[in-house]
Amino acid sequence: MMALEFLRRGKIVRMESFAPDTMLLDYLRLTEKSRGTKEGCNEGDCGACTVVLGEVQNGAMNYQAVNACILLLGQIHGKEIITVEDLAEGEKLHPVQQAMVDLHASQCGFCTPGFVMSLFALGHGKKSVTRADVTTAIAGNLCRCTGYKPIIDAGVKACQNLRDRFAGDAEQSIALLNGISSETMLVGDEQNFFVAPSSAESLAERAAQHPQARVVSGATDVGLWITKQFKAQKQIIFTGRARGFAEIAWHEAALHIGAGATYTAAQDGLTKLAPDIGAVMHRLGCVQVRNSGTIGGNIANGSPIGDMPPMLIALGSILVLRNGETERKMPLESFFIDYGKQDRKSGELVWRIEVPLLKQNQVFKAYKITKRFDQDISAVLGAFLFTMDKDRIADVRIAYGGMAATPKRATKTETILRGKTLQEAMSITLNDYAPIADMRASAEYRREIAAALLKKAVMELQGAQNTRVLA
Amino acid sequence: MKPLAHVGKALAHDSAALHVSGAAVYIDDIAEIEGTLHVAPGFAKEGAKGKILSINLAAAQAAEGVVAVLTAQDIPGKNDCSPVAGDDPIFANGKIEFHGQVIFAVVAKTRDAARRAARLAVIEIEKQKPDVTVADALASNGDLLPPYAFTSKGVVAALKNSTHRHAGQLKIGGQEQFYLEGQVAYAIPQEKGGMFVHSSTQHPTEIQHCVAAMLGIDDAQVICQCRRMGGAFGGKESQAAQWAAIAALAAHITGHPVKCRLDRDDDMMLTGKRHDFEATYEVGLDKSLRIAAVDVLLAARCGYSADLSAAICDRTMFHADNAYFYPQYKIATRRLKTNTISNTAFRGFGGPQGMVFAEAMMESIAIQHGCDALELRKKNLYTKQRNTTPYGQKIDEHLVGKIMATLEKTSSYQKRRKDNAKFNAKSSILKKGLALTPVKFGISFTNTMMNQAGALVHVYGDGSVHLNHGGTEMGQGLYQKVAQVVAEVFGIGVDKITITATRTDKVPNTSPTAASSGSDLNGMAARNAAMAIKARMAEVAGRQHGVHPSKVTFWDGQVSAKTKSSSFAALATACKGARVSLSATGYYSTPAIHWDRATGRGHPFFYFAYGASCSEVLVDTLTGEMKVSRVDILHDVGHSLNPAIDIGQIEGGFVQGMGWVTTEELVFDAEGRLRTHAPSTYKIPCASDVPEDFRVALYESKGNKADTIYRSKAVGEPPLMLPISVWCAVMNAIASLKPGTVPKLDAPATPEAIMRAVKSLGVK
Repeated sequence: MMALEFLRRGKIVRMESFAPDTMLLDYLRLTEKSRGTKEGCNEGDCGACTVVLGEVQNGAMNYQAVNACILLLGQIHGKEIITVEDLAEGEKLHPVQQAMVDLHASQCGFCTPGFVMSLFALGHGKKSVTRADVTTAIAGNLCRCTGYKPIIDAGVKACQNLRDRFAGDAEQSIALLNGISSETMLVGDEQNFFVAPSSAESLAERAAQHPQARVVSGATDVGLWITKQFKAQKQIIFTGRARGFAEIAWHEAALHIGAGATYTAAQDGLTKLAPDIGAVMHRLGCVQVRNSGTIGGNIANGSPIGDMPPMLIALGSILVLRNGETERKMPLESFFIDYGKQDRKSGELVWRIEVPLLKQNQVFKAYKITKRFDQDISAVLGAFLFTMDKDRIADVRIAYGGMAATPKRATKTETILRGKTLQEAMSITLNDYAPIADMRASAEYRREIAAALLKKAVMELQGAQNTRVLA
Repeated sequence: MKPLAHVGKALAHDSAALHVSGAAVYIDDIAEIEGTLHVAPGFAKEGAKGKILSINLAAAQAAEGVVAVLTAQDIPGKNDCSPVAGDDPIFANGKIEFHGQVIFAVVAKTRDAARRAARLAVIEIEKQKPDVTVADALASNGDLLPPYAFTSKGVVAALKNSTHRHAGQLKIGGQEQFYLEGQVAYAIPQEKGGMFVHSSTQHPTEIQHCVAAMLGIDDAQVICQCRRMGGAFGGKESQAAQWAAIAALAAHITGHPVKCRLDRDDDMMLTGKRHDFEATYEVGLDKSLRIAAVDVLLAARCGYSADLSAAICDRTMFHADNAYFYPQYKIATRRLKTNTISNTAFRGFGGPQGMVFAEAMMESIAIQHGCDALELRKKNLYTKQRNTTPYGQKIDEHLVGKIMATLEKTSSYQKRRKDNAKFNAKSSILKKGLALTPVKFGISFTNTMMNQAGALVHVYGDGSVHLNHGGTEMGQGLYQKVAQVVAEVFGIGVDKITITATRTDKVPNTSPTAASSGSDLNGMAARNAAMAIKARMAEVAGRQHGVHPSKVTFWDGQVSAKTKSSSFAALATACKGARVSLSATGYYSTPAIHWDRATGRGHPFFYFAYGASCSEVLVDTLTGEMKVSRVDILHDVGHSLNPAIDIGQIEGGFVQGMGWVTTEELVFDAEGRLRTHAPSTYKIPCASDVPEDFRVALYESKGNKADTIYRSKAVGEPPLMLPISVWCAVMNAIASLKPGTVPKLDAPATPEAIMRAVKSLGVK
């Protein structure tokens, strides 16, 4: 089909042309002139632009909060877009809005629409919410005035058994959304296009045909190239509509995660595989970012400070790439060649990641060190997979983020640790990295902290209690 | 006395319903007038200090959508946007003095086009090595403003003769305001060369004046309006002027309305922040650990220009005692020039840096002497006998000791200290820390002239009221508080009062909404205006009912005299019929204050606001990670005008200050470039940083001793200093590793700073 279609305020909006790198926030504020949604930072770090996307899942509406500032307009194809202006019914405020008023949860009010939308999505996603659910839901929303307490209280109050008109309207929304074709959507011409292939196979085909085009999944990174670096993106292949590209499947010895799976989608499975992955993912970005960003994207962009690669490397994950119809497999660490350089051929896609399941005698530990716990990029991320033979380390895989130009294994230390008892391991020093200093940490602190994390992991294996500030 | 009907009620913010529904209009939300253009500032990509060798704007000029490119040469009047000293050029001319200093601006049909084109300029700077840090500036002897000190005669001898002496150093970080709504202005040309400017500013009068001087026209030809700001915190006191001036210049030159809205990264690089300081001190104590003398040098990084640094550093000195009596003292400041953005106002205005020094000193003494820090603090508070501040003002309201004693009980301080000691003895990696610290904060602008305000009130024939005053609304609830005051005077509901945008053509010659003074000053001014109208209305009612006007009462929408009464609306109609004016201006200037900077003596503050907080933290001594686990606050707001708004200020101020002393770190590189210019790298607290156990209470006040509006107290800034207890609790936790040794902890206590402090103890 040759048009972008989405549901807006009860009607299908159809657009037969738009600049491929139009951001959703600009569409809302500049084209639609809906100005309730605010721009705070234009990089997905403050949440003032939070809107909710509705989508049909298993026959019901599912609502997710996203940052409109770094979401491409084309990404909302086939979805409903809900903004802060849509919640009240005439003079009657939505329960989330009313609780915010009653509990004095707005001061300057500029961040408020974003909080309202994050809480709206939370209320629709969960029947009964705890304080922790609320702080998780709003971890990506910054407020500089209130100190958050009244917002948290409003969230806890309003999101219990939330009832609003959206439940009543769901049937109609589902019908309208189901009316949007699931075929490949293509808007534009040879030079400028936004294409959303309908299946993984057609996605691979398109990527091979247009190796120069930008493949975009969540746009949580590419979005900033557009808003901050003015790198025009004229040809975009969007993975988000490709059936089969985001599948998560348990196999006998591994969890297979399709590259297009969002963090949100993959979080449950990975947490089950090893709780420490879940604990790190809980602090990776925020709900809005995890709803958009993908596991494959975090690998494909090759960042030295992505949180998933070191953990997946330590676990011994296998990366599957695909070029047209040809698949290629490699250990994940081999993919990262150097800063900004990955082993990905022209037209090739990051396709799937296969994460081995832990064996009985294996323990996985991961630690993320940041200035702020939530939504902060790691200064250092340490990930450790120990294979134990009673008190002895039979084997170990260690990978760090933030310590080198790529996510990197500590192979020297691994060799030294193999065969050592835990007691002996306590005195092993980490000597694999020469980290750099930047705004997140000095080189010295990075070195020390990396060593401290290894020490902490060993202490925890020895049964030490009270080892983490975030219990 | 009749109870109050409106003042003291926990009413919601006047715009709460608009905020939550996205209907509150901020400047970027105003529907643009047709033909509106957009302007974006431009600067040299490289260089922080040096002569501008060449500016090539050809590519920017030729870019798609570009209408005009502006430089210093295009300014018809004065090329300055400084608040005081005349040293902040709107466009740098000839040289730059910090990285990011604006040299030109691009006007284009869209904001996107203007931003893109601004990047195309090629500017060559004859680069010189910049002074970036306090240490750089001290090494270059770079005083921007003359050093200033409060010195008592006997300080040297008292130090020498004291039983115990203790020396210390403390680095105190700056802070980015991080208002959620970035800097923005929208200028619309008017007839006869005039200009109307919507500006997100705490100081509309200064915008008016700056734009007029820049265009070379009369102040009266410029109107500045601000309905609301999406946060300000001091960052829109002087820092809003440059963008308003650039928008107005572009509007003047093109003849079109022009909007200037900064991108977040530009906003953080191009606007001033809280001053960072380095404190070096020595303190002498008697044998009972009472302070005998304090000698401190507070060296401030002011940035490249004066801005408000003189008053800010003065306030640091006024608060270097916090709540403690220093019998002998030398409180000295250096105001240093660096090649960084000019630091500016931020909630507390220099006070926090003085106070964190005082509390760090207290914590250090307690650690060194192995005594409980709270006992030490209590022992050194001002008392009725020991009541004179280093600037000669006598403390006549001694609340802080009572507040601390109450909080000590309600927070179970003593029991938790013991519990923590037990926990720390058993836990090798994680350590708990607890601290209870006071706040005493002086209320008034220390520049006495600024303590004035005006208001304009109209009553219409239908009894509805239009309220306007010189204070601006930045989220602090000022508009609602003042409306409650006016409702009280007229005895009508707040819903009958329409609050209107702050505008320089309604109330002239205003002071900035700053120094926590908003409701003290504007509440009084509006009350005076309302009282003037009320007196006229009472006279009419008195004539109608044959009673003396003083016997007429205004209550619950009714105006009563003897047994007769009529509605407020009916009386308003009658007044109009009787040809009585229902409009009045109100004016207020704070009494009793004076300050002589030359002698360092006076009574600069009308009164003090007090509070205390008790914070507990959990520190990972292996990684430096830290979590605040519980906070108890007791704070004095006098008789609250609106307790819901006041508690909001306390909670919000606390969390903002907690960010300052924990996660918020400004990093400049050696080239003078700010590396933390976005929320991805500059980390203000988020929801999960706020302890679940967060108990905030208002002190049960008998009312402000000073004659303020309904005996309330200012609440804007004082709570920001409450979380100094968090920083002290971190010290307390780290010190448990090696009792008796003072850890070298800087502020903010980031994980890295905490690890440095742990390492400084030399324990394995």
